[in-house]
Amino acid sequence: MKKTILNIAALLMLSSAIKAQETVYPAKEYKGKLFIKNGTVHVGNGTVLEKTTIAVENGKIVAVGSSITIPSGDVKVIDATGKNVYPGLILPSTDLGLREIANGVRGSNDFQELGDYNTNIRSVVAYNTDSKITGTLRANGILLASITPEGGVISGSSSVVQLDAWNWEDAAYKYDNAIHLNIPSFLQRFGRRGGGGIPPAILAQLGLGIRGGNAEDPNKVAVEKMEEIKSFFRQAKAYLQEPVHKNVNLKFEAVKALFDKKQKLFAHADQVKQILAAIDLAKEFGFDLTIIGGVESWQIADVLKANNVSVILNQEHELPAMEDDDIDQPYKTPAALQKAGVLFALNDNDANSRSRNLSFNAGTAVAYGLNKEQALQAITLNSAKILGIDDKTGSLEVGKDANIVVAEGDILDMKSSNVEHALIQGREVSLDNKQKQLYERYKYKYGIN
Amino acid sequence: MRKILLFFVGLAGFSAIRAQETFPVNGVADKRTGTYAFTNATIVKDGQTTLQNATLLIKEGKIVAVGTTVAIPKEAVLVDCKNKYIYPSFIDIYSDYGITAPQRTAGGFNFNAPAQLTSNTKGSYAWNQAIKPETDAYKQFAIDEQKAKSLREIGFGTVLTHVKDGIARGTGSIVTLATNRENLVMLKEKASSHFSLNKGSSTQSYPSSVMGSIALLRQTYLDAQWYKSKPSTEGINISLQAFNDNASLPQIFEGDDKWTDLRADRIGDEFGVQYIIKAGGNEYQRINEIAATKATFIVPLNFPQAMDVEDPNDARAVSLADMKHWELAPTNAAAFEKANISFCLTASDLRDTKQFLANVRKAIDNGLTEAKAFEALTKTPATLLNIFDKVGSLETGKLANFIITSGPIFKDNITVFSNWVQGEKYAVNESGWNEIKGTYALNINSATAGTSISYTVDVKNSTTASVIGKDTLAGKISFDGKIIKLSFALTPQRTPAFNRGGGMMPDMPSGGFGGRGGAALANSNAKQIRLTGFVSGDTWNGYGEDTLGNKLSWTATLTKAATATTDSTKPKPAAKPLAKITYPFDGYGNEELPKQENIIIKNTTVWTNEKEGVLQNTDVLVKAGKIVKIGKSLSEDGAKVIDGTGKHLTAGIIDEHSHIAAASINEGAQSVTSEVRIADNLNPEDINIYRQLSGGVTSSHILHGSANTIGGQTQLIKLRWGTDDNGLKFQNWDPFIKFALGENVKRTTSQNNNRFPDTRMGVEEVLNDAFARAKDYEAAMKADPKGTRRDLELDALVEILNKKRFITCHSYVQSEITAAMRIGDKYGFKFNTFTHILEGYKVADKMKVHGSNASTFSDWWAYKMEVQDAIAYNAAIMQKVGLNVCINSDDAEMARRLNQEAAKVVKYGGVSEEEALKMVTLNPAKALHVADRVGSIKTGKDADLVLWSDHPLSIYAMSLYTIVDGTIFFSREKDLEQRKKIATERNRLIQKMIAEKRTGGPGAVRPAEPSWQFILSCGDHDHKDGLYTVDIQEEDIINK
Repeated sequence: MKKTILNIAALLMLSSAIKAQETVYPAKEYKGKLFIKNGTVHVGNGTVLEKTTIAVENGKIVAVGSSITIPSGDVKVIDATGKNVYPGLILPSTDLGLREIANGVRGSNDFQELGDYNTNIRSVVAYNTDSKITGTLRANGILLASITPEGGVISGSSSVVQLDAWNWEDAAYKYDNAIHLNIPSFLQRFGRRGGGGIPPAILAQLGLGIRGGNAEDPNKVAVEKMEEIKSFFRQAKAYLQEPVHKNVNLKFEAVKALFDKKQKLFAHADQVKQILAAIDLAKEFGFDLTIIGGVESWQIADVLKANNVSVILNQEHELPAMEDDDIDQPYKTPAALQKAGVLFALNDNDANSRSRNLSFNAGTAVAYGLNKEQALQAITLNSAKILGIDDKTGSLEVGKDANIVVAEGDILDMKSSNVEHALIQGREVSLDNKQKQLYERYKYKYGIN
Repeated sequence: MRKILLFFVGLAGFSAIRAQETFPVNGVADKRTGTYAFTNATIVKDGQTTLQNATLLIKEGKIVAVGTTVAIPKEAVLVDCKNKYIYPSFIDIYSDYGITAPQRTAGGFNFNAPAQLTSNTKGSYAWNQAIKPETDAYKQFAIDEQKAKSLREIGFGTVLTHVKDGIARGTGSIVTLATNRENLVMLKEKASSHFSLNKGSSTQSYPSSVMGSIALLRQTYLDAQWYKSKPSTEGINISLQAFNDNASLPQIFEGDDKWTDLRADRIGDEFGVQYIIKAGGNEYQRINEIAATKATFIVPLNFPQAMDVEDPNDARAVSLADMKHWELAPTNAAAFEKANISFCLTASDLRDTKQFLANVRKAIDNGLTEAKAFEALTKTPATLLNIFDKVGSLETGKLANFIITSGPIFKDNITVFSNWVQGEKYAVNESGWNEIKGTYALNINSATAGTSISYTVDVKNSTTASVIGKDTLAGKISFDGKIIKLSFALTPQRTPAFNRGGGMMPDMPSGGFGGRGGAALANSNAKQIRLTGFVSGDTWNGYGEDTLGNKLSWTATLTKAATATTDSTKPKPAAKPLAKITYPFDGYGNEELPKQENIIIKNTTVWTNEKEGVLQNTDVLVKAGKIVKIGKSLSEDGAKVIDGTGKHLTAGIIDEHSHIAAASINEGAQSVTSEVRIADNLNPEDINIYRQLSGGVTSSHILHGSANTIGGQTQLIKLRWGTDDNGLKFQNWDPFIKFALGENVKRTTSQNNNRFPDTRMGVEEVLNDAFARAKDYEAAMKADPKGTRRDLELDALVEILNKKRFITCHSYVQSEITAAMRIGDKYGFKFNTFTHILEGYKVADKMKVHGSNASTFSDWWAYKMEVQDAIAYNAAIMQKVGLNVCINSDDAEMARRLNQEAAKVVKYGGVSEEEALKMVTLNPAKALHVADRVGSIKTGKDADLVLWSDHPLSIYAMSLYTIVDGTIFFSREKDLEQRKKIATERNRLIQKMIAEKRTGGPGAVRPAEPSWQFILSCGDHDHKDGLYTVDIQEEDIINK
């Protein structure tokens, strides 16, 4: 009768062994019983259960309660006394596994395909399970991610993966959950995000040039572009109504699930007009719409709610859009959406810390108006709903996959949080990663602790 | 006395007065004296003297006499100027009339183009393409009939023209706007010397920043000085020679913005030059600083157009600052006057030259006095250019440059009839010249009928008249100064006789009224008479027809002149603008700067960063900007009390690596640019200063970017929101300089780099070479201080060698870090700080031996190749090895959350909370050599404090108060008020712009232009900028 108790000491022992990332193995399937005992359980739906035990069997949560008896026998037990238990965090849109080195190394990049209407491009087939970044996410409690292709007008389809796998088929959690559409900008864009250089007025301020001519009205350009996008979908719709085709059109075939509502439309849009254009398009075709980005979503939260449109806020840790905006506007946008009743999730799109600060984005939202459980829900259950995986994950409820994080301290606050255990589908996954290994290596060099 | 028909006098483009001796005549010699007497005029001689009923006598292009008792010689052609005004014509001191400025091809930027390291100008000129003092406007000047006409129409007679291109632009030339030969219109061929900070058409990569332009100009001053000794090593340098030759001329600097004005003036101060500064139009926003320059300014009247903000989405993108500027720009000239600053006005920068006089009037409506406006267009520019003996007033001996107007020039609805330049007349608009108002006896004869009929014509104005016979008939007049047309219906109208629009009266049915007035004419059925003729003084003669086609002849003779009426329709002065000038001019600026206060923060948790550690339930007393007491139950009369119960007080955050508050950050066009200085181009209006105050930051080290191995000199600032650039500076600190290693300096992201170095091997040698040169330079200076060329680049490096300047070095991988330290060892200096230093954990022991500080990110990695081994445990390892470790932002957004970044060092590596907090407070203070004044809460230190709502390392903590030098520059409470103010003021201005759109007619507004903010960055990584933000990185600029 041996209980396998994984505790901090064991974990430390495990990680103090000097080894390369290549020996961080995906955890083996575990069909047996596992109990996370006596923790503070944050269900993910707003509820907190004190001194509660979660029972897992066959990779699923089978019971959640305060009076669960842990049987003797070959069971695993994680003592969560004094700890917080959370659903596995979900990164709702990321280039993880497609873009190893953010800049300057083209060979490491597989996130952006050529072409405009890449409906048939699928991110999952290029998803690299061996990315060194994945381990740093698991260590912060992120266990699932939706892998998003970029570029073009329609970038292709994302798939949801779990972050402890041998290969992409192994990782796939939900194939092709959404098609990603980039709504054209209603602003004349300059600089890195949209190309086109520096506004002439700014160049003049820099003492670098001459004022240029007037560009075309960006509103007009964008509306024309939207019409072109609609035209694509109108043709696709007509094509799909015909059962037999002389020539198969892969681009049209690829949006069938969108029309069948088995797939969502994720429209990347930040400006009010972009969001309205996306809603207009979704209405015409009856698509299930989510806005990704949503910088100005707070301005039309009611409209989003009325149209049943959900939002993934891409980057909460961002400067206010306008000089005159409230200085904390991006921080309090989640609270504005919450108040209006909009279904929203938080993302961490940071290209420098590489998405590991997802839970701290949620923490900031707490400082600026959400309560902690709402903020947690925005990185767990809400994300699962938006990604279409809430039947399987997103909360600690009976019947769902055992995607669970046990942490010392408050996972939303970097001051105190340390993830100690993470389970994906009942498998206790390694929290080791390249950074921890280099840490060990140099602690060894200097003889420090 | 007969009136002269002026239009017969005008000479079209050919001067008989001043034919040039050397030019052969094709035809018969036709020399004339051009003697004219302008009589009965109101003559405004100058700002002081206005003569009534006076005479101006000119001959051979000059003024012979002005006065009320002028004897008129017989040879004079008389011009009766009754009811007319004569002014000296205006002088535009900032023009490019007659010059074709070289243009760069407009268009996008080539991000991948190689750098152009040398000048494309062929010949023995300066090394830099933007330095072209050898340019002489007079050699390029060619008369431009069109442009001359447009300038004359708005009253100008003389301009100073120059080539508006480059940093040292060469000489300007004074020309009149006469359009005979170039030779004769030029009053002074070299009259001024011109400068700017804009490299213009230069395609050379250097300079690529404001501070680079400043450094280039400073170095050019030094080089020119040195060149006076004809150093053999320089050979012949035409540009430096010209630079010296031009030094005695009036020096004019194109400022174009309030801050650029100040930057220019400082360059002048350094080299003993008082520039005349061309203003940009927003100087009213900092008029005190502008006044302190003691410069004379050239003020444009380029008021921005209102924007179309009907669409609330478009409106949202326009900042309050831009809207306020729209409202306040017309007050700019008045602000100069009020501040007692000498200034000229210029027509340059106008979208439409025709707007000039209207804009002068607008400036007058906004507080500029007419006298000052006049002076600014005449005497001031003339005096500045030393040509007041020739132009600028109407005095004997001066050029006959004057304008004749229908009334006081700055009043509404005044016509400029003609503009005389060098004694030659250029008609502008003479239709109103001859006064036709009055009562005339009109006789109309019909040859066919042999009849004649008389009317009395009462001419009310130039378009309407009453024709009185039996009835009073409404007549319509048109008069272009030459030909008069008069028509009238022969039956009375029921509508009022006077139609201001001057339109034809409707042709009423003749029915009931019977047309009796015209009964005597050939046919009583005629309904209307149309007459046309010439005006000859008081008599009109001509021909006409009636509606039946009968031919008529006619004569009208003045019987009674109209009594002169003054224009009483003076429009009400425009509503005064309501916008307030705030410091800064941003929405979040204050009308008055917050004041230093005595403050007690009571009963709070005090993180001292000293051996006392964290003190509970403690009071801190601040007086005169310093921390004076830390203890329990403190009190101080009159001090502001802040209850700190349940809150935490820490020292202000110090960001060791920041790029905010500057107009430019990277001078990346060369590998060594130690001559450039961030301090030269601080931008105290960057909204990120305020945003970072809200995150508890009180000091920021503003670094040059990482575009090159030896970058520019840095500036430590305190976030004193609202002060000017000097007010931001941290006083008495050890100067620093930015170095950089690795991918950025070898321009990894450029597809075809041609700038040395391209590898880390080369980077090391750039350092080696720079310090070898610096050592040699130091020795040469010692041996021959006079003969050695002073080199600003090497000066800074010599300071490093002498431990008077310290390095903060952008660095990532262990090889380059070690290589840099070895160069330091070789030349006897140390790398004070390695910043970024993401592989510092690999060589922390070596860094400790070398004596470096480390300033790093908490958890950034994998954003490029050289950060693949970056780990979140870096700070903890370096700290445990014994280095002084800082956590910095290098990011305008993250700087608002540096306390949270410090908290991550607790999470990753288990550093204690107190030590972690020091990494964003005391440790950067140490690294920057200012720990004696800031970085901890200790008696005697600067009162740079933050009161947090929560544990300072917690993500839930917000700064409630951020205090710098005992001044509350941010408080959460006040911030909320400010937001309301912004909303109210925005709404007011949006409504005003919408009203302008609706009432201003077509073209009253332009499309809304988003108020782009630009974020300058080191070019190192992506940034979390806002939607209306432009991230400008190094290559964007270098390769443009």
